[in-house]
Amino acid sequence: MSPTQIAALAAGGAGLVVLALLPFYIDAYYLSLSISLLQFTVLATAWGLFSGPTRYVSLATTAFFGVGAYTVAVLGELLAWPLVLLIATAIGALMALIVGISTLRLSGLHFVIFTFGLAELVRQLVIWYEVNKTRVLGRYVFVDITQSDIYWQLLALAVAVFVIGWLIARSRLGFALRIIGEDETVAKHCGINVTLAKVTLFTISAVFITLVGAIMAPRWTYIEPSIAFNPTISFQVVIMALLGGAHRLWGPAVGSIPLTLLFEFLSTRFPATSTLIIGIVFLLIVYALPSGVVGLWERVSRRKPEPPVAPQVQA
Amino acid sequence: MTNAIFTGLMLGGMYALIAMGLTLQYGVARIMNLSYGEFLVAASFASYWLFTGWALNPLLGLAIVVPIGFGVSIILYRVLLTPLVRRAPTRDALEVDSLLATFGMMFIVQGIMLTMFGGAYFSYSFLSIPVTVFGETLALNRLIAFGLAVVFGLALYLALTRTRFGTAIRAVAVDPTAARLVAIDVTSVSAFAFALGGAMVAAAGVLVSMFLTFSASSGVIFTMKALMVVVMGGVGNLLGCLVAGLALGLSESLVATFVDPGLTLAVNFALFLGVLLVKPAGLFGRAQR
Amino acid sequence: MTAASPAPVLEVSGLTRAFGGLVAVNAIDLAVQTGQIVGLLGPNGSGKTTALNLMSGVLRPDSGSIRFAGQAIEGLPAHRIARLGLARTFQLVRVLNGMSCAENVKAGLAFHRPPLSRGEIDESVDRLLRRVGLANRGGLPASGLTYIDCKRLELARALALKPRLLLLDEWLAGLNPSELLIGIELIRSLKDEGLSILLVEHVMDAIRSLCDRCVVMNSGRRIAEGRPDEVLADPAVIEAYLGVSTDA
Ligand SMILES: Nc1ncnc2c1ncn2[C@@H]1O[C@H](COP(=O)(O)OP(=O)(O)OP(=O)(O)O)[C@@H](O)[C@H]1O
Ligand SMILES: [Mg+2]
Repeated sequence: MSPTQIAALAAGGAGLVVLALLPFYIDAYYLSLSISLLQFTVLATAWGLFSGPTRYVSLATTAFFGVGAYTVAVLGELLAWPLVLLIATAIGALMALIVGISTLRLSGLHFVIFTFGLAELVRQLVIWYEVNKTRVLGRYVFVDITQSDIYWQLLALAVAVFVIGWLIARSRLGFALRIIGEDETVAKHCGINVTLAKVTLFTISAVFITLVGAIMAPRWTYIEPSIAFNPTISFQVVIMALLGGAHRLWGPAVGSIPLTLLFEFLSTRFPATSTLIIGIVFLLIVYALPSGVVGLWERVSRRKPEPPVAPQVQA
Repeated sequence: MTNAIFTGLMLGGMYALIAMGLTLQYGVARIMNLSYGEFLVAASFASYWLFTGWALNPLLGLAIVVPIGFGVSIILYRVLLTPLVRRAPTRDALEVDSLLATFGMMFIVQGIMLTMFGGAYFSYSFLSIPVTVFGETLALNRLIAFGLAVVFGLALYLALTRTRFGTAIRAVAVDPTAARLVAIDVTSVSAFAFALGGAMVAAAGVLVSMFLTFSASSGVIFTMKALMVVVMGGVGNLLGCLVAGLALGLSESLVATFVDPGLTLAVNFALFLGVLLVKPAGLFGRAQR
Repeated sequence: MTAASPAPVLEVSGLTRAFGGLVAVNAIDLAVQTGQIVGLLGPNGSGKTTALNLMSGVLRPDSGSIRFAGQAIEGLPAHRIARLGLARTFQLVRVLNGMSCAENVKAGLAFHRPPLSRGEIDESVDRLLRRVGLANRGGLPASGLTYIDCKRLELARALALKPRLLLLDEWLAGLNPSELLIGIELIRSLKDEGLSILLVEHVMDAIRSLCDRCVVMNSGRRIAEGRPDEVLADPAVIEAYLGVSTDA
């Protein structure tokens, strides 16, 4: 390892220690804000993990987040916490496989449409199941998890998503995905099983999103399907990842921090007009920053004659 | 059984109606409009406002709302979407860009409606007189809406197939490059088709408001249904719209009657995926691969 | 039984594919013997590219069979066919513009079954770039290449698959006379190494000097088959070219 790499690693480690100690020094308000920041950082990074290289716009974040949260609502009291997380992971992965296998052969646009409705579909299925089979709708979450616990779990998850993202980028799967993003036909003719690669990545991404939902669930004491499957999360995550730039692993995180703060500020100060402002911010990003802050930064800092900015995400 | 089929046909007719505008916008102008449902709901609100505030009959309201829908859409296309059309290197890239831009627009329109009307559900009572058709009782407003939907659909179909300009529109939908070669102004035709789609969605919004309750955030579900119908029927194909809309409506009402009303969306999606796995370009779409 | 002839590496029979009402490929029979170059000719729009697309798995045939190295491959997904050792280039050149030249070639090397080692891959990248005349260009971005170099790069990527059969779709089109000679020599040298090639081409000189046999298509159908000089003298072929398109 070169000295700079060692220095970077050391700085990263130190930063992590500081972040890990944070809950001991900040009050409840800032802890809750930090949780939101971490939550969206993991969500946006996980989203970018799949949508960045494949250029498929996934609007399914809410569906997986909700499944994670609802798993906790159902099983939280019955089983040990790690087991609950494990089951949430399994359910998220299974759902991602089903959705991936049935939609990722379709064109990107059909995928968007499907994921656009997926949260609504899953929500309806959960309601149907609860009403007909268990006859309860809405559950209390009584688990012994503090806000600090949520924070630490999210921090661990954030580290995991970055490490796994970094490993994927260096793997054959990562290379395959770059080729797929450039030209799917070429990818196939290089012997790449395109559907398998996409489904694998979609599943990895979905598992992280599901876990965020599961970890966040104890934040609410009462969960019902319309709380767990809140569609705005999908939209917020897309905006964040696009602002940062989804073609780099750390791009979405760059976008998630300012936007989380902005949304937090808007929802407390201007609750009535926050949707409108979110829309305007979104349009500004699409028109002014088509490859995100990271893309802008790369162009400014390198001044390398790159091909005309490719559209961020391709359907 | 007949009741279920009848309800399904009415519902399917409504789906076909709300999808017609989108199939124009997407099929011809290549704008995958995710804010489509928001515009529909906006038209519903306009109709509500005209009816309750000005005592204006929604059928007359059409004469106001539809031209406004056309005008607003043309301005949107010129101001917001033309830059994207210019910057997009390929048609696929345009689809993505427009998807994202209209996604933002969806929040803006929804945000405006939320600011103006709040999150509550609205409805108004217009011609809710029971009538009996084929032994089934249903409200007159629904029947009138259905009848007008048929009229609008037919008019649009004839305009597209029997007029020169309609032929130009269809040519752009099939092959914009070739259309350009035969001296069709593709950009203008696209703008016009987008606006025509905007007029259709405004009409749909007014008609739907006569018998459905709606809120500032109900747009998404309309967008979703319209997208499914358009893609299932084959993009840019009016007949496909009708068939897919009816299929969706029928399956939905049959499942609601005989299985469980909680599973309608699941059936929608199953149908959607099923059709696409067998015919990736949709029922009446042109085969691409 | 024609036991004397070598086993065909590719054997196509009754291959058919329609787009709506247009039958782009209509009951085509064709064989490529091991080590041969077979030309696939025909006027514009006669279905040559569609035929290649059916063989390489871009499109599924409506009917007919394709046997490659003794195995039925019709309807298999493209990546499976590629892994069996069937490689191709595209009529509209497809290079990966966002990557370097070396990475473009690596794309063809990284997904072998069983996988190659990192050292083998690096070594092969250099060898293949040299092979097509792009030595020492590995680090350059592919987006900066000239047209002929793009074609070379695409060929290197195809060769990276270690193919048994190479489908070239108008690989020589658009080259100037001196580039054309280089290109023809390159293809000939591939044949000398034992590679079998199916060559879609409009350049008559190349066909005459390279092909062992030719198949001519018109409107989706096979109208002639045989040695290049025979086929090009066939009245049906001449009429197809002159009757449909004069620029061929
Ligand atoms: N995906 C497709 N969808 C519809 N029609 C197609 C498709 N691909 C090819 N065709 C049609 O099939 C016919 C044969 O086309 P093809 O590209 O195979 O011809 P070709 O022999 O390669 O011509 P050229 O010499 O110009 O390359 C053409 O009429 C073309 O328009
Ligand atoms: Mg061709």
